[in-house]
Amino acid sequence: MTDATTSTPSPGMTGSPVVSLVGVSKVFPPTSPGSRPVDALTEIDLTIQPGEFVSLIGPSGCGKSTLLRVIGDLTPVTGGMVMVNGKSASEARRGREYGMVFQAPVLFDWRSVLENVELPLQITGRPARERAGRAREMLDLVELGEFTNHRPWQLSGGMQQRVAIARALALDPDLLLMDEPFGALDEMTRERMNLELLRIWERTGTTVVFVTHSIPEAVFLSTRVVVMSARPGRITEIVDVDLPRRRDVDTRELERYFELVTHVRTALRRGESASTSGTARVRAEGLSG
Amino acid sequence: MTVSAPSGANAADVSAVGTILRGPTIGERIREWSPAVILFFGALASWELVVRVFRIKQFILPSPVAIGVAWWTYLPELASAARYTFIEVIGGLAIGVTAGLLAGALTARYVAVREAALPFAIAANSIPIIAFAPIFNIWFGLDTQFSKMMIAAVLVFFPVMINTVRGLLSAPAPALELMRSFAASERDIFLRVRMPSAVPYIFTALRISATLATIGAIIGEYFGAPKVSLGQYIVTYTSYLNFERSWGAIIFASAIGMGLYVVVVLVERIVAPWAADRSTAPT
Amino acid sequence: MTDDLEAMAPPMPSLAPGASRRRIHPAVGFLSILATILIVWESAKLLGGNHLVIDGILGLPIRIDHRPPFQWKIANDLSLPHLWTVFIAFFELDSVGDPLVVRLLWAALATLRGAVVGFVLGASIGLMLAIVLIQVRILERAMVPLLVASQTVPIVAIAPVIVVGLKAGWFGIAIVAAYLTFFPVTIAAIRGMRSADPRAYELMRSFAASNRDILVQLRIPAAAPFLFTAFKIAATASVVGAIVGELPSGTRDGLGGAILNAMQYYSIQPGRLWATIVVASLLGIGCFVLVVLAERRALGTYRPTDSGAPS
Repeated sequence: MTDATTSTPSPGMTGSPVVSLVGVSKVFPPTSPGSRPVDALTEIDLTIQPGEFVSLIGPSGCGKSTLLRVIGDLTPVTGGMVMVNGKSASEARRGREYGMVFQAPVLFDWRSVLENVELPLQITGRPARERAGRAREMLDLVELGEFTNHRPWQLSGGMQQRVAIARALALDPDLLLMDEPFGALDEMTRERMNLELLRIWERTGTTVVFVTHSIPEAVFLSTRVVVMSARPGRITEIVDVDLPRRRDVDTRELERYFELVTHVRTALRRGESASTSGTARVRAEGLSG
Repeated sequence: MTVSAPSGANAADVSAVGTILRGPTIGERIREWSPAVILFFGALASWELVVRVFRIKQFILPSPVAIGVAWWTYLPELASAARYTFIEVIGGLAIGVTAGLLAGALTARYVAVREAALPFAIAANSIPIIAFAPIFNIWFGLDTQFSKMMIAAVLVFFPVMINTVRGLLSAPAPALELMRSFAASERDIFLRVRMPSAVPYIFTALRISATLATIGAIIGEYFGAPKVSLGQYIVTYTSYLNFERSWGAIIFASAIGMGLYVVVVLVERIVAPWAADRSTAPT
Repeated sequence: MTDDLEAMAPPMPSLAPGASRRRIHPAVGFLSILATILIVWESAKLLGGNHLVIDGILGLPIRIDHRPPFQWKIANDLSLPHLWTVFIAFFELDSVGDPLVVRLLWAALATLRGAVVGFVLGASIGLMLAIVLIQVRILERAMVPLLVASQTVPIVAIAPVIVVGLKAGWFGIAIVAAYLTFFPVTIAAIRGMRSADPRAYELMRSFAASNRDILVQLRIPAAAPFLFTAFKIAATASVVGAIVGELPSGTRDGLGGAILNAMQYYSIQPGRLWATIVVASLLGIGCFVLVVLAERRALGTYRPTDSGAPS
């Protein structure tokens, strides 16, 4: 974990990709007799290099959360290949090579904040003193160092998510998977959390795959934005975000920022109408910004 | 990318945290309980008044004061009877709770067991198990404490088992998914997620077990027990129409049940404070 | 405390996520355990019971002469009569010529009479009281803690005292059942009526709904799941209370009295007590199943979200 203020890796850097998806598709079997199988994902090809921050954005039900879970081996693919760090997704999960942050913080009420962050360290059998030290380090990283003995219900939603992030980073994974982690927060907290997340990302150099509903959030945070179409989800376009390295509150005022947001929005609309068999029905649901 | 905005992320949150940490003050607790206490003593007082004004005979309805006097007068024999019955209650709780926890853990773990055992347990819970009390007396002896312990144990076993299963299966899906993302073993998941999730349910079952075990012991004694037991004391003096003394024994029986209930509540507060807050809120 | 009520009459726990959807019917599960128990019963007698000699079964010239290898006191013919002994006991005639099964059915009806009347009485009073308490906050704050505390009093155990004291025959039993029903129903009704989303109240008021509308359209449907949990407890408790209420005197005509009678004749006719217990068990399960069926009819598949999950 180095202070990488100047040596942030840029996308497209050579080296083996962290995530490699080739022809990935996912079909859910029918849930009850009589219902049809659900085509969640089709023909997904995506490569993610180390140090990138990649957002997945798309309309509700487009499969972006499913795609994240496919990478994390929390649901199996029905077609195509998933490689994480050069191994199968399953091996990567068993090797605990990624950390995941869900939409809800999923903290355990019966553990203190510190103990919650220690959870992955306990599972991997680290000795007690090392566990506590590492957990404190992570909590300091997310700036919750004074709250180690608090209980989860005593913290606000934003703070709980920060604990969840600290927990996801406890094993120093190469990859961080985040499923709309700030979706339940209000706009102002969300913008603060965006800045926090970028600061942490810069400190740790982890590769991030980030699912979101929010176009501004996707553009603000990422090096690349993957725009997905409505179900069955396929990649409509991958947008390179060429905003300056240093992102802060002023970045949201840049003209280039607005251009990128519009670009992404247009791509989204294209993805929707293409999948609704030609009808140019613009559904604005689920999209903000 | 560097971030130049100051991360005062905690500033807005800290004030919110402060208010949640403070518990109820003494004044608030008194205000919360006083209407109930007033009502209770008011009811007692009216009862006393009615008995006196209408000169109701004790074998129809004894007055609270008369009951209190009888209780005090016969305290030694009541206390011995209470001690005798208390052992049955505790023993029954110990056996029933242990067996219920084990059965619950097995049932939750193996789907095949669950499909058969759970419907049976729920049905068995609706049987008047007390009807089996004479059988237990025959098997384990009319005059032993063990036979009544077994009745109490069986009464307690089913709710404990069912609620243990409920609790173990109540682990929320996101928590299980989280554990899978850490490639946790089944053992890890059981110890770190399922068991803690089950704790509130188990304590709830323990609370009702306190009452059930008391009921089991006393009714078991109604079917036959040594004279020095609360159940026989109640039955004997009821048949003499000496209700003051019966009620004296009933007060002890209630005290045992309520006392154990309070003990469970206190233990829960110490062992599992996160659960206690939610499950014992008045309304 | 709804948590306590739910613990006493717990709903079938849902399967863990990811578990197979194929389930066997609960009745099959129940029967398989019951069958297992019966098999163990006779196996125990086969291994450790009394010397068994049977000369002719139902007229057929079959002879059985079995000496069990062990001698277990608990498996002898007095503690654990053969299953067929229990079965035959149902058809034994008394001095008047009535078979036991008929007498037991009458006894069950007598018990049921007290239990049902009491249940209806207690549930009605409980509901009405709950509606009143909802409106009068100060009374609610006074009474609810007392109601909750009374659940820890072993009221069932006191049933005989109350029945003797009231000297009202089977109606005394109904009073006991009413008492046992009233407490959980009131608590469940209050909790249930208060469980509706506050925003639903705002919605009703935005339609200028009257208090009566709010009660009927919002509070009572919200209370329904809680009420059925309480009804399940109350149904079982009423039957138990009705049986226990007859105990010391045993001169009543319900199942409590029948059990006491069967106890007296146990050494001669062990099957009779077991037969009585079987009938009592069926009564208890029957009442429970009735409430469950009524619940399914009234609620369909509606279940309020299980509030037990942490955080």
